[in-house]
Amino acid sequence: MAAISQSLSKRKARRAPQKPSKLQPSSSLWVRVKKAKYLYLLLLIPVVYVFIFNYVPMYGVIMAFKRFTPSLGIMGSEWIGLYNFQRFFSSPQCLNILWNTIRISLYSMIASFPFPIILALGINYCRWSPLKRSVQSITFMPYFLSAVLLVGLMSQLLSVRNGVVNHFLSAIGVTPIDFMGNPRAFDHIYVWSGIWQGTGYSAIIYISALAGIDPTYHEAAMIDGASIWQRIWRIDLVLIRPTIVLLLILGVGSILNIGFEKIYLMQNSLNMSTSSVISTYVYSVSLKASRPDYSFGTAIGLFQNLVGVTLTLLINGISNKISGEGLF
Amino acid sequence: MSTATLKSVKKKNAPKPSGSDLSFHIINTVMLVFAGLIVLLPMLYAVACSFSSTEAIIQNRVILWPVEFTLESYKAVLDYSLIVSGFLNSLLYASAGTLFAVCLLLLGAYPMSRPDMPGRKFFLVFFMVTMFFNGGMIPNYMLVNDLGIMNTRWSLIIAFSFSCYNMVIVKSYFSSSLPQGILDAAHIDGCNDLRFFFTMAIPLAKPVIAVMVLFNMVGIWNSYMNAMLYTSDPAMYPLQMVLRDILFVAQMPPEMSASLDPSKTASLTDIYQQLRYAVLVVGALPMMVAYPFVQKFFIKGMMIGSLKE
Repeated sequence: MAAISQSLSKRKARRAPQKPSKLQPSSSLWVRVKKAKYLYLLLLIPVVYVFIFNYVPMYGVIMAFKRFTPSLGIMGSEWIGLYNFQRFFSSPQCLNILWNTIRISLYSMIASFPFPIILALGINYCRWSPLKRSVQSITFMPYFLSAVLLVGLMSQLLSVRNGVVNHFLSAIGVTPIDFMGNPRAFDHIYVWSGIWQGTGYSAIIYISALAGIDPTYHEAAMIDGASIWQRIWRIDLVLIRPTIVLLLILGVGSILNIGFEKIYLMQNSLNMSTSSVISTYVYSVSLKASRPDYSFGTAIGLFQNLVGVTLTLLINGISNKISGEGLF
Repeated sequence: MSTATLKSVKKKNAPKPSGSDLSFHIINTVMLVFAGLIVLLPMLYAVACSFSSTEAIIQNRVILWPVEFTLESYKAVLDYSLIVSGFLNSLLYASAGTLFAVCLLLLGAYPMSRPDMPGRKFFLVFFMVTMFFNGGMIPNYMLVNDLGIMNTRWSLIIAFSFSCYNMVIVKSYFSSSLPQGILDAAHIDGCNDLRFFFTMAIPLAKPVIAVMVLFNMVGIWNSYMNAMLYTSDPAMYPLQMVLRDILFVAQMPPEMSASLDPSKTASLTDIYQQLRYAVLVVGALPMMVAYPFVQKFFIKGMMIGSLKE
C-alpha cells in the first residue's frame, strides 16, 4: 500500500514540472477558481462577517440624509438631504466641538511626538543593561492600564480633596486647584497623561528601528571621531526617518478620531466647554439623549469619517511627493 | 578596514570616552532614571494608599509605603459582588471574543496570502475598505439592535471584532513563513488546501497567533465602550464597566462602604477616596500579573507589524 502511494506520488512528481504553473495565464480562470475552491471556503466566513459587521453599517450611513424614525426603518424614513449637516454646521456648539477636537489632537500629536524617540535613543545607548531593561519594562507598563484605571488614578491623585498633588501645593502655600473640573487644565491633563501612558509603548517601534541600523555606519563614524551626539543626529535620526514619517501619517489621519473612552471618562459638567469632542458629542445627542436623534449623530459621524480619510490620503500624497516615504 | 584594526580602535576608545560622550552617558542615565521614576511613582503611591488608613491619607502621611497598614478597604472591595462577577464576565468576553477574532483573522489571512487565488486583489480591497470607512457609532448600534444581540453577552463577544490591520500582519506572516515549496509538495501528495491550512499553516503560524491572541485579549479586557453601548444589565458588565461605576460616581455603592464607618476625622467622602485606591489596585492587578509574560510577545508583535511596513 505504502509502495503504491509512493510510486504514485513519484509519478505525480515527475509529471509536475510539465504541468502549467498556477500563475501562468494559459490555465483558464475557471480552472484556477476551481482549484482554489477550498480557499474560498475558508474565506467565506470572514467575508460574510465583514459584510455584516462592516458593510451593513456603511449602508446605515444613509440615515444621515434622512429623518430617521425607528418605526419606518432606514428605507421608509423621509429623505431630507443635507439638512442634518446644515444643522450641525450652523449649531452654536459646532465650532467649539471642532476646535476642541482638532486642538486636543494636534496638541497631543505634537507634544507626544518627541518623547518616544528620545526614550528609544536613551535606551539604545544605555550601556548598563539592568537599567536599560528595567526602564523599558517600567515605561511600557502603563500602556496596559485601561482608560478607566488611568483616569481613575489621575482623578485620585489630582483630587481637590486629599489628592497628593494638592497636598503638595498646599504645603508650599498654593490654594488647592480642582484640576479635573478646570476647563483650562483639561487639555494638559489629557495630553500629558497620554504621554505618561504611551511613551514606553511608542518607543518600542523606534527601538526596533534603531536596532535595524547597520552597525558599520556607527563603526565608521566612531573611527572618524564622531561623538554620540553627532551619531544620533547624523545617523540614527536620518535612518529612522521612514518610521517617523509613517507614524506621523497615521497620526494625522486620525486627527478627528480622538479615542472616545478616555475623554468621555474625563468629562464632567465643569469642563465641557473644552472637553466636548466629536465622538462624545455624537454619543450625547444620539444614544445618551432622552430624545435620541440618530440621524443627526450619524451625519456628524460620517463627516468625521470623511475628513479622516481625506486627511490620510492628503498627507500620504504630500509625504510621497516630498520624501518618497508614504504609506501606500 | 580589517576587523582586527577596528577592534583595536574600539578598544582604544572605550576606556576613556571623549568629554562629550561622557556627558552624554551622564545625561542619558539621569534621563532614564527620571523616566522610570515618573512612571513608577504614581502607581506605587496608589498601592501604598490602598493599604493605608483613611486618616493617614487625609493627613498626607503616606509617601510610598503604607502607613497604619490595613486591609479594610480590600475587604470592602472584594465583598462587593459586582467586582467578582465583572471579573468573571471580563474573563469570558476576553477569552471567547479573542477566540472568535483570531479564528476570523486566520480564516481571512491564509487565503489572502496565496498568490494563486483568483480574485485576491478584489478581496484585499474588500477588507481594506474597512480600514478607512466605518458606519460610525450609531449605524453600528442599529446593527447590533437589528441582529437581536443587544443586551446579550454575544454583543460583547462577536460584534466588530475584525481588524484588517491585524489581518495584514498575519497574512504577511503566512507569506513569509510558508515557503511555496511546502505547499507544492503537499499538493503533489494529494493534500488539499483545507487540510494544509489546518495541519501545516496554523501550526507554523503559532508565534503570530500568540501575538494576536494577546493583542485581542488586552484590547477586550481594557475596553468598556461596547459594554456601555450594548448592555444595560449590571450582571453582564465586564470589569471595566463595574470599575467605572465605582470610580466615577460621587456616591459609592452602599453595599461596599457599609463596612467602613465614618469616624470623627474622616467623612464618608474620605472613605470613598480611600476605597478607590483599593479599587484601582484590584482593577489593575490582573493585567499587572500578566504583564511580565505579555510584554515580550507584545514587543515581538509590534516588530512583526513594523517589519511589514
